[in-house]
Amino acid sequence: MLVNQFLFLAAVIFCIGVYGVVARRNAVLVLMSIELILNSVNLNLIAFSLRNGSVDGQTFALYVIAIAAAEVGVGLGLVLLVYRNRRSISLDDLSEMKG
Amino acid sequence: MVAQNIGFAIIAAMMVVGALRVVTTSNVVHAALWLVVVLAGVAAQYLLLAAEFVAITQVLVYIGAVMVLFLFGTMLTRSRIGRQSDLNNTYWKLGIPVALVVFVAMAIALANSFGTEKLPSDASVVSTQQVSDQIFGPYLLPFWALSFVLLAAVIGAIVLARKD
Repeated sequence: MLVNQFLFLAAVIFCIGVYGVVARRNAVLVLMSIELILNSVNLNLIAFSLRNGSVDGQTFALYVIAIAAAEVGVGLGLVLLVYRNRRSISLDDLSEMKG
Repeated sequence: MVAQNIGFAIIAAMMVVGALRVVTTSNVVHAALWLVVVLAGVAAQYLLLAAEFVAITQVLVYIGAVMVLFLFGTMLTRSRIGRQSDLNNTYWKLGIPVALVVFVAMAIALANSFGTEKLPSDASVVSTQQVSDQIFGPYLLPFWALSFVLLAAVIGAIVLARKD
């Protein structure tokens, strides 16, 4: 197996996630796209862990998984709060801080 | 070696299709279910890369916990479950060139840096003991910090979502 086949797969998933963050209006779907991005980074970390013969990459990947779980919890809490105040989770409607 | 490459190709194709459906489908619940396909594919790739503990953690945390959170978020913020036509921005087409530019930049960098370098084929599976020796040895301080982050996230989520 080549190193690059995993890195290219991660790059493709990352770019699909970037597209999702840019294109989606629904806040839950944006959070899902962020999950895609985080997973592609984790795939890179594990691939480099095997390439370098070191366990550090797996340790970092586990930390990233924990951070991602915390991020989803807080993110969905925020989305729920926005929905309760506005009856909508469309990110286009959140324009108070627009300059 | 060949079997590994065939397995990689099948799982990778599944993951790319799933990821594309996550960002293009017009049904939020379907997007969550396609995300399960991608996350399971990532776990399978971890197994191919000899990282069994991370693969199991991926299944437990992502497919188990995060996906339930997403489905709850969908359920609590939407009145109807079904197709919606307003999930995309007005300027959603801008995302395509952005993603393409990012991908081309990364593809050039990767092709130049790693070319046809091979992964070591004789690597043994990393045992859970090795991973835990790392976490509770040299990386103990980040582990503590992470515990506080999780605690803060739990308290923060409760404070945010509580009805006053």
